[in-house]
Amino acid sequence: MRRTSTARGRVVRGVCGFAAFLLLLELLPRTGVVNPAYLPPFSEMMAALGRLLTEPEFWAALGNTLLGWAIGLAIATVLGVALGILIGRIAVLRRYTFSTIEFLRPIPSVALVPLAVLIFGAKMQSTLLLVVYASVWPVLLQVIQGVRDVDPVARDTARSFRFSTVTRVRRLDWPSALPYTMTGLRLAASIALILEITGELLIGSPGIGRLIFVAQASAAVPTMYALVVVAGLLGLGMTAVFRAAQRRTMHWHASERREAAA
Amino acid sequence: MSGLRGAFSRVLEIVALPAVILIVWWFASANSESFYSPPLSEIAAAFAPTWFEGRLVSDVLPSVGRMLLGFAIAVGLGVGLGVLIGMFRYVREVLEPVLEFLRAVPPPVLIPVIMLFAGIGDEMKVSVIVLGSIWPVLLNTIEGVRGIDEVLRETATVFRMHPRRRLFKLVLRGASPQIMVGARQTLSLAIILMVVSEMFAASNGLGFTVIQFQRTFHIPEMWTGILVLGVIGAALSLIFSLVEGRVLRWYHGLRNLER
Repeated sequence: MRRTSTARGRVVRGVCGFAAFLLLLELLPRTGVVNPAYLPPFSEMMAALGRLLTEPEFWAALGNTLLGWAIGLAIATVLGVALGILIGRIAVLRRYTFSTIEFLRPIPSVALVPLAVLIFGAKMQSTLLLVVYASVWPVLLQVIQGVRDVDPVARDTARSFRFSTVTRVRRLDWPSALPYTMTGLRLAASIALILEITGELLIGSPGIGRLIFVAQASAAVPTMYALVVVAGLLGLGMTAVFRAAQRRTMHWHASERREAAA
Repeated sequence: MSGLRGAFSRVLEIVALPAVILIVWWFASANSESFYSPPLSEIAAAFAPTWFEGRLVSDVLPSVGRMLLGFAIAVGLGVGLGVLIGMFRYVREVLEPVLEFLRAVPPPVLIPVIMLFAGIGDEMKVSVIVLGSIWPVLLNTIEGVRGIDEVLRETATVFRMHPRRRLFKLVLRGASPQIMVGARQTLSLAIILMVVSEMFAASNGLGFTVIQFQRTFHIPEMWTGILVLGVIGAALSLIFSLVEGRVLRWYHGLRNLER
């Protein structure tokens, strides 16, 4: 009983906080504390958002962003899982690739923008290159760690019974890497969204990011803010979906409690 | 003898693959006619004249300086606000949804927004870096302060620990593993934002220079720029790991004991 009332209190306080935030966004420009040319009142942002929702261009851009994000994330996941299982299983590979991975991983993927533009121009592929490069690392590292985490007894047992490599990957490496993969996937999903929208903004490939650039260039400030809100909602929705998926598929696993350290 | 051999094989493990990659790149691109991927020898030859004759001071230093300043402000503000918000339950519960939303906004979209307020000068870039990269360290600090062991907290209260001592020895130390996880994400966001803000609008800096090379079709020079960005990213990440190892030595020691 007590517990439900505090949980409800938490939701109420959260809603109040958010309402106060929106009220502030409305009042600061209305009272002239902040120049409304730079920060339009919240109601104007919402009006602009309402107009956007009726425009087919907006929906096409949203579709492009989601499509680019999904393709990039899918490629990164397949690459990361395949390489991760290979590197994680073979100790020699792990030792010899360590330095290269640690060098390549922190390279900011936006450094590849000029190269991508030269090769593909202002197309979706340019942005895709950035998305894949940035989001492959979390998946790869998590899978390597997960494969290393295989129970040694189970591994020895499988070896004594002479399970084939395919069976061992399927029955041993994959299940024990799965919780790590989910964590990697969740991290990769939000990185992929950041790079997808950054690519659109910088390179001009179709999507929400390019609409933000166009709105900025044509001084349509409320529209620009409305699009920023859309980008934020996309990020929020994505995090929520991946967290729920992880909780649902992995509730049995102890890594649920450890993943914060990853 | 075996110690020497062990050291040798460890060095080999680190150097072997990068060396193979460079050698393959060198020979595979040696007769490259492709406009986009010139021979590695040409890129190497372009490196010194491109960077060591002025650009190191006029472009690399301002970029890295803005990045480090933004990162420092983001971590300072993030930890400070995070401790304040994390210590009071009601404040935390009121603010959390707003902060979660702000964190979910992909940081580079802040660039056009902040350009409205701050133009395209240094203030814009530092503000972008601060506002775009503060969220991981802020939210992780809140989480870390919240997760401090209840028994430790009560012990400190019972012993009437001086507030300052309590802050440093209990709150900050207890939250430091989480803070470092957040600070690492903040660092990689800060590097991305440094490059993106310069590519978007700037008159100097690394991102600006690399884009400029690309637009004027100075292809080997563009490649050297990408390499410089890579080296800076890798170096900063290495330095961060060293600092993290020192700050969290007690924590790793504790974890090893528990295993």
